Amino acid sequence: MKAFTYDRATSAAEAASAVAKTTGSKFIAGGTNLLDLMKLQIETPSHLIDINDLGLDQIEPATNGGLRIGALVRNTDLAANEYVRRDYAVLSRALLAGASGQLRNQATTAGNLLQRTRCPYFYDTNMPCNKREPGRGCSALGGYSRMHAIVGISDACIATHPSDMAVAMRLLDATVETVRSNGLTRTIPIVELHRLPGNTPNIEHTLEPGELITAVLLPKPSGGTHIYRKVRDRASYAFALVSVAAIIQPDGSGKVALGGVAHKPWRVESAERKLQRGSKAVTKELLANARTTHDNAFKVQLVERTLASVLNDAKG
Amino acid sequence: MTEFNPSRRKFIQNTAVTSGALIAAKLVPEVEAKSVLQPAQATTEPANVNVLLKVNGSEHQMMIDPRTSLLDALRERLHLTGTKKGCDQGQCGACTVIVDGRRITSCLTLAVMQEGHDITTIEGLGTPTNLHPMQAAFIKHDGYQCGFCTPGQICSAVAMLEEVKAGMPSHVTADLTRPSEMTIIEFRERMSGNICRCGAYSNIQEAIAEVAGVRT
Ligand SMILES: Cc1cc2nc3c(=O)[nH]c(=O)nc-3n(C[C@H](O)[C@H](O)[C@H](O)COP(=O)(O)OP(=O)(O)OC[C@H]3O[C@@H](n4cnc5c(N)ncnc54)[C@H](O)[C@@H]3O)c2cc1C
Ligand code: SF4
Ligand code: FES
Ligand code: FES
Repeated sequence: MKAFTYDRATSAAEAASAVAKTTGSKFIAGGTNLLDLMKLQIETPSHLIDINDLGLDQIEPATNGGLRIGALVRNTDLAANEYVRRDYAVLSRALLAGASGQLRNQATTAGNLLQRTRCPYFYDTNMPCNKREPGRGCSALGGYSRMHAIVGISDACIATHPSDMAVAMRLLDATVETVRSNGLTRTIPIVELHRLPGNTPNIEHTLEPGELITAVLLPKPSGGTHIYRKVRDRASYAFALVSVAAIIQPDGSGKVALGGVAHKPWRVESAERKLQRGSKAVTKELLANARTTHDNAFKVQLVERTLASVLNDAKG
Repeated sequence: MTEFNPSRRKFIQNTAVTSGALIAAKLVPEVEAKSVLQPAQATTEPANVNVLLKVNGSEHQMMIDPRTSLLDALRERLHLTGTKKGCDQGQCGACTVIVDGRRITSCLTLAVMQEGHDITTIEGLGTPTNLHPMQAAFIKHDGYQCGFCTPGQICSAVAMLEEVKAGMPSHVTADLTRPSEMTIIEFRERMSGNICRCGAYSNIQEAIAEVAGVRT
């Protein structure tokens, strides 16, 4: 690990301006992703600002009839929250399908959203990777790519976003509340938070330097049956090959988002209008323009079958 | 608050140990590995920091490199070697300790971040002459083979049962609107963050079930 200095932030605005002012500095929340990457020198911050004392760990009813989730709420507490369990069950389910009990006790809402890809070549510093070293090439293209993305990819990168929680947040149309280095706040719809790789897979989100996530806002509950189905190589404690988050209403209409297939949670609103026609029609539109490799071509069929099973379960 | 103390010994960058280095390099404790390297490049390195850790009920003041994980601080500085380093990447659970009543992987948190928190390691749960019920149950049911994963399994299991008691749901909880239940299926899912290379899982499960008062 490269050496760094460490400080604890006492206010959100100060933390944001401190990170923007000092090149090489980063926020640390749970640390479960950042420290892992620092040990491998994939992340090499020279200064860490610990944001755990900011008091952003509350879940409270929001004025819009929804819920305001502090950025530092632990994944365990979010999944166990009574409102979330009752009104946003897909979010509880997604969180509980991720990582392990120990990790969920440390991991935070904002850190989970901003966790980086688990592409094995991104982790292997001996291999070229455009996300780690722009311009070096992508080892996954032409390499082992079973876990990789099939939609929204580019010739520069085919990595997936590994978060389960983010898929549920995208399904729920969450918005992210931030404070910028100039002290001003703004909200970002979650669809605009994560980027597709394009020619700059090293830039993963739309936050400005130093911009601190303070909360995630959920809109009013929408009712319906909430399902999160994660298909993975082990029954527990493994990243998704494919995951389906869905909210289905009694008349068969609803919404659906996918994990494990793209550089961001994947949702195509026009495809949702076909939900009453079944999984084939929806998948065709969700994965239109899919570009698969020899290793991950199976994901297309896996999405369709997982969605079919989810829609079947939703019928009760 | 943590204080910076620039007068203390400085560490040099650990650039020699890359991810491609032999596994053996990983076995050398971070702190010692650094101290045997040339100190000449040390000039721009940040200083050690003063940290007060509360472990198993007693307080320990120490100067440490901010890079030190909680795991390395426990093992290398406090010589509480019950807590094990398996993967150092959050993947195996061997380093599980209990902080403020909650189980966490001590390899993925910094010691400086844990100031002011109550840390319990396997040494704090029980002693050879005064075993914690979970330790006694692991012995009774042979819940290990080599024993490397065992301290992590036991710390994890103790905190896990508290999570179920508190009504926290898991991936296998059928109805999220109701409190979760003490069942073997729940225990298995909730213990998935603790890997046992020897495959002692069935005996571990029996030990946990006995402590929980659940019949297998
Ligand atoms: C073995 C293992 C298995 C896992 N399995 C899964 C899984 O199955 N599913 C899944 O979804 N996840 C999984 N994870 C990932 C885990 O969910 C993330 O590591 C965790 O959510 C990150 O949260 P954190 O608070 O620890 O983030 P940190 O590591 O503290 O931070 C991550 C990034 O976010 C930035 N950041 C943090 N907070 C803020 C903020 N408020 N504002 C702006 N920037 C911020 C940091 O600077 C850093 O760049 C796994 C992790 C491990 C180690
Ligand atoms: S897929 Fe993306 S992260 Fe993986 S090697 Fe290619 S550029 Fe790097
Ligand atoms: S050593 Fe911490 S999880 Fe493996
Ligand atoms: S007893 Fe050997 S790893 Fe579990």
